[in-house]
Amino acid sequence: MTDLTKLTMAEARDGLAKKDFTALELTDAFISAIEKANPALNAYVLQTPEHARVQAKDSDKRIAAGSARPLEGLPIGNKDLFCTRGIRTTACSNILGEFSPTYESTVGQNLWDAGAVMLGKLNNDEFAMGSSNETSAFGNVVSPWRRKGKDGKLSTDKLVPGGSSGGSSAAVAAGLCLAATATDTGGSIRQPAALTGTVGIKPTYGRCSRWGIVAFASSLDQAGPIGKTVRDAAIMLKAMASHDPKDTTSVDAPVPDYEAVLGKGVKGLRVGIPREYRVEGMSSEIQKLWDDGIAWLKSAGATIHDISLPHTKYALPAYYIVAPAECSSNLARYDGVRYGLRVNGDNLIDTYENTRAQGFGKEVRRRILIGTYVLSAGYYDAYYLKAQKVRTLIKRDFDEAWNKVDVVLTPTTPSPAFAFGEKTGDPLAMYLEDIFTVTVNMAGLPGMSVPGGLSSEGTPLGLQLIGKPFDEETLFRTAQVIEDAAGRLTVPDAWWMKG
Amino acid sequence: MQVDEATVRRIARLARIKISDAEAKGLEKELSGILDWVAQLDEVDTSNVEPMTRVVAQKLKMRDDVVTDGEIAEQIVANAPLAEDNFFVVPKVVE
Repeated sequence: MTDLTKLTMAEARDGLAKKDFTALELTDAFISAIEKANPALNAYVLQTPEHARVQAKDSDKRIAAGSARPLEGLPIGNKDLFCTRGIRTTACSNILGEFSPTYESTVGQNLWDAGAVMLGKLNNDEFAMGSSNETSAFGNVVSPWRRKGKDGKLSTDKLVPGGSSGGSSAAVAAGLCLAATATDTGGSIRQPAALTGTVGIKPTYGRCSRWGIVAFASSLDQAGPIGKTVRDAAIMLKAMASHDPKDTTSVDAPVPDYEAVLGKGVKGLRVGIPREYRVEGMSSEIQKLWDDGIAWLKSAGATIHDISLPHTKYALPAYYIVAPAECSSNLARYDGVRYGLRVNGDNLIDTYENTRAQGFGKEVRRRILIGTYVLSAGYYDAYYLKAQKVRTLIKRDFDEAWNKVDVVLTPTTPSPAFAFGEKTGDPLAMYLEDIFTVTVNMAGLPGMSVPGGLSSEGTPLGLQLIGKPFDEETLFRTAQVIEDAAGRLTVPDAWWMKG
Repeated sequence: MQVDEATVRRIARLARIKISDAEAKGLEKELSGILDWVAQLDEVDTSNVEPMTRVVAQKLKMRDDVVTDGEIAEQIVANAPLAEDNFFVVPKVVE
C-alpha cells in the first residue's frame, strides 16, 4: 500500500471517495507517523489519537451511508491558538497552564462540521509572537528541511520552520497531517509556509471568524490554512471561512468555491511589481526567485506592471506599535485569577505581578512592555494614533495600485530558513523577517505564499501574492499558475523517521 | 527615545509584570532601541489623515439587546486556579 501520509488533501479525498482506504486507515497512518516523528520535530504539543479515531470512525459511517461532507475523514492539525472544547489549549504559553476551553473556535467548529479529523494541537511561538517558533513554552519546532553543504550532502544543522505557525508548517511539510490551521498577524502563515515549501494563505481581515482564537493583536489577527498544494489550501479555506455573529468584524459575504477557479489561468491578468520591495542588500537568489515568478506569469498570459507603494518602509515600524499595543491590552486578561497559572504573592497586585512574570516568556513580556509604554498617558497620540494614520496611508497606496493592477507579486521573505539562535540575539533582526508580509496585515488585505524554488542551500523560497480585499480567488488562480511552473517542493530525505 | 530605568519600572508596574534589577537594565536598552527604530514614523506627514479603523467600509452591526448566553457560571470558573461556589477566589483586598 502507498504511504498515505504522502498524499495531498485532494488525493486523500479522492481515495476516500473511491474507497481505496478508510478514514480510520488514513488517520492511523498519520497517528503512527506523528509518534515516530514528533520527538525529532516537536511539531505537535498535544497528540489526540483517541479523539481522531472517534472522528474517523464516524466519517467512515457517513462515507458508507453516502452522506460524506466536504472534508469527510481528512486528518488535519490544529494550531494551539485555536480553542478546542475539552482539549488543552495553551497558545504555547506557560501562563495558560492546563487551560481546557469550554467552547470551540468557530473556525475549528466549521472544520469539524465539514467532517475533518483532528490529530492534535500544533506548536507555535508563544501567543503567536515570533518568526522562528523559538519562543514556544514547549520548545523549538525543527524544520524537516536541511541545508545542503558544498559537498552536496545534507547538513545536520537544525533549521527553523518559521513562525509563528511553525508547528503547522513543519507538520504539513513532514507529512504529519494533510493540512493545518494557522493564524497570521504580521506574516505568521506566509513566512513559515515559505520556509518549508508549503502553501499558506492569510485571507482578508474579516473572512474567517476570530472567535475562540487566542487573541494577539485584534485588528491584525486572521486565521488561514497551510497546505501542501494550492488546491489543498483552497479546500481548507472554503471550510474555515464563514460569517459569524460572534465576531462583529467577520464579514457577511458568501464564501466562494475557491477550488472552482484554480484552472482559470492568468491570461490578461495585470500583475504589479512594487519597486519598494527591492530592498537594499536583497540577495541575488531572492531576486532570481522574483524574476522567475514574473517570467512564469508573463508566459501564462499575464501583463507585468511596475507600481509604487511609497509607504512600504513604514509598515514594519508602525506594526511594532500597533501589535504590541493591542497585545498589551489583550493579554491583560492573564491575571492568575480566571484561568491558568497563579503564582501567589503577599497581596493581589503582587499575585498579578508574580504570575505574569513567571507565566509569560521573554518576547511576550517585551511586547507587553512596549505596548504598555506606547499606550501610557501622554503617548497615545504620538504612537498608536500615529501608527493607525500610517496604516491609512499604507492602505491608500494599495487602493491606488488597484487602479492599475489586479494582483501584486513579491518575495515572501528576505532570506531562506535560518538556524536556531541566528536571529534571537537582536529583536530587530527577527522583526525584519516580516518585512514583506506585514504591509498586508496593516492594510487588511489577503496575502498568499506559494513555493517558488530552492535556495543555493537547497531550502525552500516562497513567492507572495497580494490581492484586493475579499479577492482571494485571484490569489488562488495565480498561485496555481506559479505552482504548475515551479513544481511542488518536497523534502528530499525523511531523516526524522529514522529515529 | 531614551527609556531610563525608572521608566522601565513604571511601565512594568502598569503592566503588572515583576522585573528583576538585571532585567530592568536589559530592558532599558532593548526598549530604547525599538522606540528609536519606530521613531522613523515621524518622517511621515499624517496631518489630515484619518486613523484606519476598517479594511472595507462596513456598517456597524446591530443586535437585539437580549441575553444570548448565560447560566454558565460553572463553565466560567471551570479553569480558575481557585474557585468556590462559582466565585473566583483572590487574596484578601479589603482589610
